[in-house]
Amino acid sequence: MSPRSRKSEGERLRIRDRLVRVRELPLLRGVGVRDELARLQQQIERADAEPSEDEIWRAVELARHQERPYTLDYVERLFDDFVELHGDRHLGDDQALVCGLGRFRGQSVALIGHQKGRDIHERARRNFGMAYPEGYRKGIRVMELAHRHGFPLITLVDTPGAFPGVAAEQHGQGGWIARSQLVMARLGVPSVACVIGEGGSGGAVAIALADRVLMQENAIYSVISPEGCAAILWRDAGQAKKAAAAFRPTATHCLELGVVDTVVAEPAGGAHTDHDGAARLLGNALADALADAAGLDVSERRDKRRAKFRAMGTFTE
Amino acid sequence: MSSRIDVSVEQGGSGGAASGDKPKGKRHPNTCPSCESHYRDDELAAAHGVCRQCGHHFALRARDRVAQLADAGSFTEVDADLRSADPLSFFDLRAYVDRIAEAETATDLGDAIISGSARIERRPCHLAVMDFAFMGGSMGGVVGEKLWRACEHAAEQQVPLVCVTASGGARMQEGILSLMQMPKTVCAIDMLRESRCAFIPVMTHPTTAGVLASFASLGDVTISEPGALLAFTGPRVVQQTIKGENLPDDFGLAESNVRLGHLDAIVNRSDLRAYVGRLLAIFGLSDEDARAPAEPA
Repeated sequence: MSPRSRKSEGERLRIRDRLVRVRELPLLRGVGVRDELARLQQQIERADAEPSEDEIWRAVELARHQERPYTLDYVERLFDDFVELHGDRHLGDDQALVCGLGRFRGQSVALIGHQKGRDIHERARRNFGMAYPEGYRKGIRVMELAHRHGFPLITLVDTPGAFPGVAAEQHGQGGWIARSQLVMARLGVPSVACVIGEGGSGGAVAIALADRVLMQENAIYSVISPEGCAAILWRDAGQAKKAAAAFRPTATHCLELGVVDTVVAEPAGGAHTDHDGAARLLGNALADALADAAGLDVSERRDKRRAKFRAMGTFTE
Repeated sequence: MSSRIDVSVEQGGSGGAASGDKPKGKRHPNTCPSCESHYRDDELAAAHGVCRQCGHHFALRARDRVAQLADAGSFTEVDADLRSADPLSFFDLRAYVDRIAEAETATDLGDAIISGSARIERRPCHLAVMDFAFMGGSMGGVVGEKLWRACEHAAEQQVPLVCVTASGGARMQEGILSLMQMPKTVCAIDMLRESRCAFIPVMTHPTTAGVLASFASLGDVTISEPGALLAFTGPRVVQQTIKGENLPDDFGLAESNVRLGHLDAIVNRSDLRAYVGRLLAIFGLSDEDARAPAEPA
């Protein structure tokens, strides 16, 4: 159903209200009323099947929830040992992107993940999970390391976007996002990406060109932030809710469109309510995906990865 | 500030935000945003859209670009029938399908890119040209697929791919699927590299966001035109990030990109054809044609 015909919250309430009133008319059990009842019931069912603006916005809020587990929360729970690696060997060490090597379910793996901060100091240090080119360059270094040593690569995506600042631009933000994707496209080792919070635009996709792409139930993945989209298309950042409803950045929608392979369940109420439970579910899904992606030779894997991304997008001919 | 060219991307260069001291209202498309010189259509066309007074490079429509860059009659378009689908039934202030229909009528193009085999200075290549006039040159499913096929054509023919970019980034109306055109086009370039064909992006004003952060930045040799905005995030948004501070005057422009090492060269439009021709010659020296005598003009 198109967003044009999707019922707004207010409209749904009005239909419900009318349904209740029609049901309460005891003296008018004629055919006309029964038809009206069936029609209203049908309308409600159809509207219920479509996520409402509010439901979609709830996913946006959950994806950004302050208590939502971040990359290091999962690393702590899923890795037997983890050695964080620092620096891009060029200019700096971007703490918005955590990189390292560790043991995951009996095998050595490389990990790259965005890291937001929990308190104000950590947030400043981690730049709210918005990486500079230095971060993506550090990631590339670790990808190449993984390739050399045959470590499967796990990436965890959780960023509002790549940092939109003067220095980031001067250091070549666009170019390094592109090169990060290119290195992932060429990797000889299995790779799994999971969107664990906000999958914000280019800054997210920079580390998400993987053999398997997963997404947590309450994560979002989008071409632009709802606020940014609203500012451009509606000329009003306040219309973010409307924008989110129009492009539906939810996990189920991404699955429907074939952008992600699997939606990873979260504990009831969302990952923020139970970090251990969320980590268990994520760990199982990552292990399954890695097993899935294993066992191909290097060129087969690359061809398959290429074919996977080639298939994305719609057009007519 | 008055010498700064208009770099507002989203509204196709309607002035306003980037140049607060300019009079309100829309500038005529034939009026130079830099020195206010005004030209007739035929004057501008004859000069390939370069201001005679100050050298400002006006935006060039895709077909005019082909005419400027490719040898006369050498361009054979392919994949012309691809059209955008509307995977999200997207509706903002208007329906996406209406916006596409309007863009098609206004530009006489099927989408924001045209692609075909061509010769530049007698050297064979595959040429793909984006058009900013079609929904801001935005990259949706059609641009991604045509770029993919352009890479395939180039690989099959064993010729270099020349791509003239002009884009505000991914096409929001196709949602997450347009974001996926970034990894898709990156994979296409990977394939092109594997088949040992050269990729020469010519980044024109503006090349930003999702296009800059994917295939456009993966050239073997990357060139641009003077004054082109080449930025992942445009000046308006960056200005919001840094609040009170002033942006460098040449922020994101080709001139600063070449200074910072992100670009091989800035080439004036009048020299572009010869420059690309030289590159094609270097990449394609084994080609029989390279040794053929020049045809009479």
